[in-house]
Amino acid sequence: MREKPILRVGTKFLIPFILMFALYVQFHGDFGPGGGFQAGVIFASAFILYAIVFGIAHARRALPAGIRRLLLSLGVLIYAGTGVLALAEGGRFLDYSSLAAQPVLGQHVGIFLVEFGVGMTVFAAMTTIFFVFASRDPSAREQD
Amino acid sequence: MSAPLEHLPALAVVVPLMTAPVIVALRRPWAAWLLACGVSWASLFFSVLLLLQVLESGPFSYLMGGWAAPWGIEYRVDQLDAFVLAIVSAIASVVSVYSRKSVEAEIDSERHYLFYAMFVLCLCGLLGMAITGDAFNLFVFLEISSLSTYVLVGMGRDRRALTASLRYLILGTVGATFYVIGIGLAYMMTGTLNMADLAQRLPAMAHTSTVRAALAFLVVGIGLKMAAFPLHAWLPNAYTHAPSAAAALLAGTATKVSVYVFLRIVLGVFGATGLLTALPITQVLMVLALAAMFVCSAVAIWQPDLKRALAYSSVAQIGYILLGIAFLSETGLAAGIVHLFNHAVMKSALFLALGAVALRVGSTRIDAIRGIGRKMPLTMAAVLVAGLSLIGVPLTVGFVSKWYLVEAALTGGMWPVAVLILASSLLAVAYVWRIVEAAWMAPPGPELAHIREAPTAMVLSTWVLAGASVWFGLDATQTMGVARLAAQTLLQGVAP
Repeated sequence: MREKPILRVGTKFLIPFILMFALYVQFHGDFGPGGGFQAGVIFASAFILYAIVFGIAHARRALPAGIRRLLLSLGVLIYAGTGVLALAEGGRFLDYSSLAAQPVLGQHVGIFLVEFGVGMTVFAAMTTIFFVFASRDPSAREQD
Repeated sequence: MSAPLEHLPALAVVVPLMTAPVIVALRRPWAAWLLACGVSWASLFFSVLLLLQVLESGPFSYLMGGWAAPWGIEYRVDQLDAFVLAIVSAIASVVSVYSRKSVEAEIDSERHYLFYAMFVLCLCGLLGMAITGDAFNLFVFLEISSLSTYVLVGMGRDRRALTASLRYLILGTVGATFYVIGIGLAYMMTGTLNMADLAQRLPAMAHTSTVRAALAFLVVGIGLKMAAFPLHAWLPNAYTHAPSAAAALLAGTATKVSVYVFLRIVLGVFGATGLLTALPITQVLMVLALAAMFVCSAVAIWQPDLKRALAYSSVAQIGYILLGIAFLSETGLAAGIVHLFNHAVMKSALFLALGAVALRVGSTRIDAIRGIGRKMPLTMAAVLVAGLSLIGVPLTVGFVSKWYLVEAALTGGMWPVAVLILASSLLAVAYVWRIVEAAWMAPPGPELAHIREAPTAMVLSTWVLAGASVWFGLDATQTMGVARLAAQTLLQGVAP
């Protein structure tokens, strides 16, 4: 790793911008192009870039399997949980309008939460797929 | 807060969907098993409530997110949906109780949580396919159930499970792609994905080649998923090498739900176009069904591995169901629909019993189980009962199905088909007798000396299903009543 300073410095410089852009795509999804899936992929790409340049072991330390597994599950739970919350507030399943006093605000809140869940799960899934395939030894199980 | 009963259609799918990530987050094997059991029984409870509601007050809809029907996703529950929901969740409930010991023996403990998460996701996908009234939403659930099934199959004991899983993945993906192409073509012509709306709009376009191509893609795509002969190549390996509990779940549910999709899409959506009678679809279906009954039953007789024999028998039994559908009469359809239930019960019972044998003996090859009847009398007695049902002996569910199938053939004026149905039962006698002979007639060899009866939970689960195959054979009024209602509702939309 000593021998490629440009690559290393360049990567370190790029990663914060990639993460910021992912968050922009995530939270601007209501108004413009974007949304949870795209944001999750972009967010994951920052970690994948880090893994390619600095090695899979460093990346694993930054993002342990346990955390990824938790994010993977939490995303789905946020999505479905938003639906159940709408149900508990007296609407149909995933009826965002019942989430707030005004239906339009409710729609905003609902799609925000659902897309957040999507982004989280997609991010965790993308990095997990990369880490699993990047392991040289196929029999090596991911340890926490 | 609105009445919780109103939300049952959503809850039936959402509860398993939310349980799967909880299982993954917890990772404890016993917690995973407990949750999988709980959620299976909860969905059985929801399904029974839905079935009762449909029988009392007729079909009803649930609008996802409150969006109105042709635009939003509609969950529609009629007699057929509720019947399939009940079958799937009942089989899953029994298998979930059974699975603990079997999974402990066959899968590394660090992967147990994955098995149960996939089990619950598969259940979610199958229930979703049965309940949704939206053709694209159905595709999403088809993929959820298929992807989890590939993982379940791949978790089998040896590496052959991986090739079986890959083969299923490739063919299953082809099937799902064909399905989505078919739906895409129909959407191109009508601009709608809602099944009821599609059924209304398609007849006006029935003369176009686009709609005909859509129907062709859908028939082949769904045919692959339900392992209709000759598209069944993925099934025998998948069932043979999958973990025993997964094989029992899939044998009872996966192909059944695909048959349901066939009924819903080909008869329900394309029924009114008149294409079913204008094109020789039913004739082709009938010939293929008869071929499945004979070819796959005959192949089953020569299989050295009993799981594999039962897998081929499953393809043959799908043939009986398709034969009933091909009559396009109320009795024929009802016979096909009731056989969904009947076959699910008896085939799952057989796979559960073989899973118990695999646990104790370590193999399900016919030469490994000689004399096993003396050592595991309860398990093998369940095989005997379910096997008799597979043949179609009176007082079992198999007899009920074949009785109505023959009746449908005779009222349709097709007595040669009736003769063929009876003749194919002789092949079933052959492959069931082989098992019975090996298990009961031969004296147990020295290598079976230390074999004990299977654990109580496994024997009980097996007997619940074996008992059900007698119970509903003695009194088929309930199952047949629902099947008749479902057939009537389906046929209303089919143009003469």
